[in-house]
Amino acid sequence: MPVKRYTDYLLKDKLPVFWCGGCGNGNVLGSILRAFAKLELEKRDIVVVTGIGCWGKADDYISTNTFHGTHGRALAFATGVKLANPRLKVVALMGDGDGATIGGNHLIHAARRNVDITAVVVNNFNYGMTGGQYSGTTPENAITSTSRCGHIEEGFDLCKLVEAAGAPFVARGTVYGITQLDKLVEQALNKKGFSFVEVIAPCPTHFGRLNRMKNAPSMLKWIKENSITIKQAQKLTDPEKQGKFVTGKFVDKEREDYSARYKSLQRLAQKSAEGGLGK
Amino acid sequence: MTEIGKFRFIQGNHAIAEGALAAGARFFAGYPITPSSEIAEISSRRLPEVGGVYIQMEDELGSIAAVIGASAAGKKSFTATSGPGFSLMQENLGVAVMAEIPCVIINVQRSGPSTGLATKPAQGDVMQSRWGTHGDHGIIVLSPSSVQDCFDLTVTAFNLAERYRTPVVLLTDEIIGHMRENASLGQPGPGELTERETPDCSPRDYKPFELNKGKIAPLAAYGSEYVFRVSGSAHDEWGFACSSPENADKFIRHYTEKIEKNREDIIMTRQYNLSDAEYTIITFGCSTRSALEAMHSARDRGKRAGVLELITLWPFASDRVKEACRNAKAVIVPEMNLGQVIREVQRAVKRDIPIVGVNKVDSRSITPMEILGKIEEVAKCL
Repeated sequence: MPVKRYTDYLLKDKLPVFWCGGCGNGNVLGSILRAFAKLELEKRDIVVVTGIGCWGKADDYISTNTFHGTHGRALAFATGVKLANPRLKVVALMGDGDGATIGGNHLIHAARRNVDITAVVVNNFNYGMTGGQYSGTTPENAITSTSRCGHIEEGFDLCKLVEAAGAPFVARGTVYGITQLDKLVEQALNKKGFSFVEVIAPCPTHFGRLNRMKNAPSMLKWIKENSITIKQAQKLTDPEKQGKFVTGKFVDKEREDYSARYKSLQRLAQKSAEGGLGK
Repeated sequence: MTEIGKFRFIQGNHAIAEGALAAGARFFAGYPITPSSEIAEISSRRLPEVGGVYIQMEDELGSIAAVIGASAAGKKSFTATSGPGFSLMQENLGVAVMAEIPCVIINVQRSGPSTGLATKPAQGDVMQSRWGTHGDHGIIVLSPSSVQDCFDLTVTAFNLAERYRTPVVLLTDEIIGHMRENASLGQPGPGELTERETPDCSPRDYKPFELNKGKIAPLAAYGSEYVFRVSGSAHDEWGFACSSPENADKFIRHYTEKIEKNREDIIMTRQYNLSDAEYTIITFGCSTRSALEAMHSARDRGKRAGVLELITLWPFASDRVKEACRNAKAVIVPEMNLGQVIREVQRAVKRDIPIVGVNKVDSRSITPMEILGKIEEVAKCL
């Protein structure tokens, strides 16, 4: 079989991407397609499920099976796809507003159930498509189009949230650290069970502009200067960790996935129906 | 467990779950809600026995989303809910319309609005089932009036969903859902089940949303040799996002026309004593049972009453309603709401005769005496 390239999964005739200059979405898309190629996945075996938002448009450029549903519900659609055909490699692409705010409930429950889906949440700290309003991950004091005096809420630490919900694979990368991101996405795709990768990403058009980072380089610089490894984070106090992006793999453990458990349940139910276990 | 083909004394909700299995449904996602929960409970037990999947989702938004996802992966899929849950499903019901994904949604109606009278019956979701999701679209809604109907119409709902690549709502109510009577749960023969038409063209040429002179495009399943795209956003015949006005116009008209142009195949009614009827009762669901009793009582008293039962609520059986009322002196429309079907009846009849409702929203069923009383009241004024 010929070696696969990331361009095998890219709809080149749909380029250029519609995202703004300096947006991180294209970089994350690259990581995902490179991981598909590295793992030599067949297009027919992949279903990419997207939500609604800037990152939710990613399926426009992907040549595998795709499902573009509603805002916040990508993981619920993906759950149906996966359970109906457990052979499929199901990938859910969501933004922070989509996957972690309106869709937060599906996120924690998909992680708890351990459905074998890879979720890649691009976190740019605001709703880009609708004009840069605050989301569930917008940091305290940040300026957005709906928090002009500074945000009074604290943002979610998504990795902690998903870890607490029981996901067997949880990691965070950034658009600045693409080599690391490539590895994390590939490992996530290879993981049996719910795997979660949060990607810290720049949105210079909205979040950057309102927070004194008017262009892509200044946003990348911000991400670079505030990114620390898990090891570095262990040496810091909580106040010192404020505003830092701790990157790396937080969880990578074995846990039987939902479809495997359901298969056991089906066997039990079938035996019971045949009278093997009584009523 | 099920004695196939034999009569069983069972509940309407039970018959729905068995009907779904008989139709070939192999995926259920739902969220518990009275008075529909028995459908979930029975499905949770029965589906794994036949190699199917039951999953209880975190809410109704997720439930219908999972149903749509599973259907796109090739499984006949369904969910069951009641008023509040049906409200929560409306957005994604639109995805099933726009992405043309077959699925069945059971709504065991209860009193509303809001939490309403949680365990009590109503027929208040007639218009919501037609227009609940935003935007123009066609939809198929069926209404059972017996436990046997619950079984048979669930099978029909799956058949229509597959034939027209559309969501189908089985709009029942607490009375029919919780009522027990004898029903035959015979496995439908191969000719009685509609299986999804899958593509046979070369994978390269497959257009999942092809508009071919009103013909319904075949639908592949994820994982097959046909790699394809599904979208709830405006899309072209390939499934690619497309926001051109011409494309939008073509597709949005298609969602309505594919249902409306097949009205004759979709619309089902039952006629009782209509040939000489002076008083035509138009009814559906649980109210049918009282309407039939009222019809007999009226005839005993010398008033020639007849009944038209709407099994298909949407698309609305306008022609049959008009025909049933051609010689009527008056039309009576009993419904457990404040007048939803009656508006459609008024639009269809187009005659200068009294068209009056018998409406109840206090959670108690409409009695035959109340319908009879209305016939006598109208008769006095004629």
